[in-house]
Amino acid sequence: MRIFESATLLLLIVLNANYAIADEPRLGRPATAEEIAVIDISIPPSGKGLPAGSGNAVAGEDVYAQKCASCHAVDGTGKPADKLVGGIGSLDSAKPVKTVGSFWPYATTLFDYIRRSMPLNAPMTLTDDETYAVTAYVLFLNDIVSKEQSVNAKSLPRVRMPNRNGFVDMSGVR
Amino acid sequence: MKRKPNRIASQLKAGRVAANGLIDRRVFLQRGAATGLALAGGIASGYAANIGDNAKPWQKTIGAPMSAGGSPSRFAQEKLKRGVLQPYGEIAPGSGASMTPIHELHGTITPNGLHFERHHNGVPDIDPAQHKLTIHGLVKRPLVFDMEALMRYPMVNRICFIECSGNSFFNTFAKPRPLPAGMIHGLVSCTEWTGIPLSVLLDEAGVDAKAKWILAEGADAATMGRSIPLSKALDDVIVALYQNGEPVRPEQGYPVRLVIPGFEGNTSIKWLHRIKVTDRPLHARDETSHYTDLLPDGKAEQFTFVMGVKSVITRPSGGMTIWRDGFYEISGLAWSGASKIRRVEVSADGGKTWGDAYLHGPILDKSLTRFSMAWHWNGEPVQLQSRATDEKGRVQMTHGQWMAKYGAGQRYHYNAMQTWAVNEHGEVSNAYL
Repeated sequence: MRIFESATLLLLIVLNANYAIADEPRLGRPATAEEIAVIDISIPPSGKGLPAGSGNAVAGEDVYAQKCASCHAVDGTGKPADKLVGGIGSLDSAKPVKTVGSFWPYATTLFDYIRRSMPLNAPMTLTDDETYAVTAYVLFLNDIVSKEQSVNAKSLPRVRMPNRNGFVDMSGVR
Repeated sequence: MKRKPNRIASQLKAGRVAANGLIDRRVFLQRGAATGLALAGGIASGYAANIGDNAKPWQKTIGAPMSAGGSPSRFAQEKLKRGVLQPYGEIAPGSGASMTPIHELHGTITPNGLHFERHHNGVPDIDPAQHKLTIHGLVKRPLVFDMEALMRYPMVNRICFIECSGNSFFNTFAKPRPLPAGMIHGLVSCTEWTGIPLSVLLDEAGVDAKAKWILAEGADAATMGRSIPLSKALDDVIVALYQNGEPVRPEQGYPVRLVIPGFEGNTSIKWLHRIKVTDRPLHARDETSHYTDLLPDGKAEQFTFVMGVKSVITRPSGGMTIWRDGFYEISGLAWSGASKIRRVEVSADGGKTWGDAYLHGPILDKSLTRFSMAWHWNGEPVQLQSRATDEKGRVQMTHGQWMAKYGAGQRYHYNAMQTWAVNEHGEVSNAYL
């Protein structure tokens, strides 16, 4: 038994040695779960990764007034920054208006984008509750959710955006 | 003022490749050999030596000493500037672009200080000692690489262009803007990038069989992210550390960026700090709300990664004045996100007749290719165009064809033929045909 173990150990050492040389350089160190949790902020349409917390448009109206309205206008009509509201049904017209309401296919993208990039002059400063609330408010401005509806990890992925089927996947075309 | 055409009429006729004075360049190369001999004879018979009062001031004093760094001549600097676009003004000073002055450059490699910029929230000031690249998601071994580790990997060199998908957006407007070539088409640059094949790092992490996409994300103040098909990530993508030999510049992604040959520029994520291997795309804001292409029926094409076949005459081009009739070399750039350039044709009569331009090597895959055409301008108004064909057989459309393909307000992936109108005064300006 002991001999067998030693032989196995020796074999493993030899294999490992060969493995290391053939595969060098392997200089990445293991990422800890905590390290990944801190930077993994992307939220796909499934909603996987959405944090705890919630917000509705009532709370969002305040956050929006303080942090967003100076660039996107109080009513979300934009200028100087992008227009957030309106344009539903305009995409095939001579003047298409692309907004969150008329164009964006997934509500999760709103949370993902606000959390990573907004407000532009102080990104990543909103709390998760504030991010949910502003998300709710922009959806409310587009008549997609009611003012009281709680937006959270469960409800956000279920929000159906008007232009959900408006895109043609060209990723296979090279 | 016009010269009498009699003397050169026969040469023009012999070398004609298309209407309005397009000539086979070999006519001039043959003449060059004869001129060289004549010059040699002249020197032997003796001109006055260039001494004393005849010498230039810079020949009679010690020149500037060696310097630790260099810059273009002070006489050339004024024109060697990127054209800066800051559409949101001071409320978003880091959101915009600056454009390579392609009409002031020659060859195919873009000097580092003139590589175009497109930032979504400014250039971060990253301390490389604090920067890390994390690879996680559908992998067997989630990994963290610090810069010291990345620098130890075997590296590859790759020349390729990067073009912003919004390049040439000025030409999607209803009326042609009177702008120079660099301001219209300067969101393209070509560079020798040096770095690690992304496939090597992904292999080290061990990609799961279910994986189909990656998300690449930068450490800028937009935390800009794009989804990229895994098949491309494992193909020719580079984790780039050097740009034309020097460390990648801050505005190009220091200390490390992705370079994705042929794909729209914003996928070449700068300041790269995270790659998440996934089964589906993220549908980030910049691959849904922006960087998608609206069609006339209201649907939008998404993940249109590959930049189309394209060319532009850089000389003569918008804003220039050719001062008299006679010989000019028409020169320009052609490229394709799918392959090498196979052919460039030039027209001097608005597309009625075409002649094959000369392609200057090296003709590289997904890189800028320089073309030229000899031209004798007769002093009358003409319309110059170039039309590129790539190795996949794709050919540039006319402006009208391109506009009809998309819905109103489409600003991305403009790759129609550029028309430069030359009037009887030799003034060159942007035109639509």
